[in-house]
Amino acid sequence: MSGTTLKTESLPAARSAKTVNPFWYKIRRNPLTLLGLFLLLLILLLSIFAPLISPYEPTKINIPERFAQPSADHWFGTDEVGRDIFTRILYGARLSLGVGVAVVVGAGVIGTIIGAVSGYFGGRIDQLIMRLMDIILAFPALVLAMAIAATLGPNLQNAMLAIAIIKIPVYVRLARAETLALREKLFVKAAVTFGIPSWRIIVRHIIPNALSPVIIQVTLDIGDAILLVATLGFLGLGAQPPTPEWGAMISIGWKYLLDYWWYPTFPGLALFLASCGFNLIGDGIRDILDPKANRS
Amino acid sequence: MLLEIHNLSVEFESMQDRVKALQAVSFSIDEGEIVGIVGESGSGKSVTALSILGLLEKNAHISTGSISYKGKNLLSLSKKDWQSLRGKEIGMVFQEPMTALHPTMRIGDQLAEVIHRHRSISYKEAYRQAVASLAEVQINDPELVARKYPFELSGGMRQRVVIALAMSAPPDLLIADEPTTALDVTIQHEVLKLMQELAQKRGTSIMLITHDLGVVAQVCQRVVVMYAGEVVETGTTQEVLHSPCHPYTKALIGALPDLAEQGQPLLAIPGESPDLRNRPDGCVFAPRCSCSLPICREDHPVLEPAVSGSLTHQVSCWGRNQ
Ligand SMILES: Nc1ncnc2c1ncn2[C@@H]1O[C@H](COP(=O)(O)OP(=O)(O)OP(=O)(O)O)[C@@H](O)[C@H]1O
Ligand code: SF4
Ligand SMILES: [Mg+2]
Repeated sequence: MSGTTLKTESLPAARSAKTVNPFWYKIRRNPLTLLGLFLLLLILLLSIFAPLISPYEPTKINIPERFAQPSADHWFGTDEVGRDIFTRILYGARLSLGVGVAVVVGAGVIGTIIGAVSGYFGGRIDQLIMRLMDIILAFPALVLAMAIAATLGPNLQNAMLAIAIIKIPVYVRLARAETLALREKLFVKAAVTFGIPSWRIIVRHIIPNALSPVIIQVTLDIGDAILLVATLGFLGLGAQPPTPEWGAMISIGWKYLLDYWWYPTFPGLALFLASCGFNLIGDGIRDILDPKANRS
Repeated sequence: MLLEIHNLSVEFESMQDRVKALQAVSFSIDEGEIVGIVGESGSGKSVTALSILGLLEKNAHISTGSISYKGKNLLSLSKKDWQSLRGKEIGMVFQEPMTALHPTMRIGDQLAEVIHRHRSISYKEAYRQAVASLAEVQINDPELVARKYPFELSGGMRQRVVIALAMSAPPDLLIADEPTTALDVTIQHEVLKLMQELAQKRGTSIMLITHDLGVVAQVCQRVVVMYAGEVVETGTTQEVLHSPCHPYTKALIGALPDLAEQGQPLLAIPGESPDLRNRPDGCVFAPRCSCSLPICREDHPVLEPAVSGSLTHQVSCWGRNQ
């Protein structure tokens, strides 16, 4: 008995020393990942504190000051109805981050549930679900998202739904693959012998143990989702004016590029930096977690 | 009879071949009885257990036979019936206590989940009973252990938790598939005694699958000896261990000088296990049998009384009267 107590006392400490430190160690060693982290933090802080940083309102029209050049008053200038572009970018960051996270988390949750059910029961349900996912994956993502958004009608909610739909198959596949492995694990079979019903086994035994690849995928997908939201916005299939959405801003702004260069340039720069930040972090996480990438 | 398996044959189908894992297996277990299933690796012990619980893999196919539990044919149960049978009527303890528990769920919650399912009580009350059931399987400081994760427990403690889980309903039949093989010899003895006591207290029958004839001698009332997916000999522990009839049983026992000796694995018997894809027409043990007769290779022996008139002691061997 005393041997057992000894073991239990020392284990958690040993575990945390092993898992937490190398992660930070690796991040610190990779300057690009650090840069990504910095960009993400910057965007996060700017969007959280937007009302404190800027005295303007993102949608308030101020015709006398339209197309003002970048200045001390309007850092990034103003647009065709005199709105402060810097302010709109800050609020746009809020929207992009919020929408990106919401869409990907939503797709992750739904995809994981579908994948776990599909993998756990197998058979015909599984076949049907996987073929459906193959169909979604067979289309180029952007084209399918455009088609769905255009069919449902151009607004932000429909754009989010469209992006969620094209993101779901990845999570279904991930969760299904994990489930297939977990289903053969003894503790899942044992749970069956204890008389625990299938839905409960899926919810409490399969999904919690299948979650880590899903969570990684979520962090990798947020940047992509933000870019897609902006793309749909740019094409007029996403957020509609006067919503301060980066893609929509660029879409209107680029018509004025030659005369008022700042109008589309700054939202474009914001979008560029945000998607760079997410991609750098994504690559960093992949490097840390993927042993094959580690070896090279 | 609590459980009656009659003429059960199970085949595993794959792309290339068809493995006949069980061939006309018949035996029964009475209320409150502890029956040992012995046999070398690959003899079909686990397949038998999984058939009873309806947990065979999808590529398995039950070609003949019936399994009746309390008079109900288990092979014709619906999914819903299985759910209410598993855990509540028939429980199972697996060989590997290391992997039989949910790795990221606390012990107390795992037990409470199962108890909550079987008794109509609140989760809080189920948790209280979970702690009590840990005490019942002789775990010291059950409140503390209930808050731990499986990786924090030793193998012996984990197997006690698994037993508590399997016994929580409590079931009328407990299938224990080599429950002590993965444990230290001293802990093996304790865990076995614990199972025996719990079963006695609740009137639970046990189907005890083991490699260890010492274990059989210690706790079982009856024994079923399996070889290559067939029952080759069955009888009371006394009959099978002290006057074995089948050459395979004799070899098993001959390999074990002192029956009371604990933790002795079955000694290897010369020759290879038969190919389950192509079963011979005659006796499956013939290639390894020291006393095979001409008829052994032509005709398949069936279970018959070992000595005339014996109802309990049966053997499947042409040479039984020699
Ligand atoms: N899923 C499966 N697919 C194909 N064949 C299988 C499968 N499960 C078991 N078998 C076959 O059934 C035979 C019996 O296996 P079983 O696991 O019942 O043996 P056992 O008596 O439990 O052995 P052990 O003592 O090693 O646990 C084996 O020879 C094996 O080839
Ligand atoms: S039937 Fe023949 S071959 Fe088979 S065990 Fe008996 S004596 Fe040996
Ligand atoms: Mg086995």
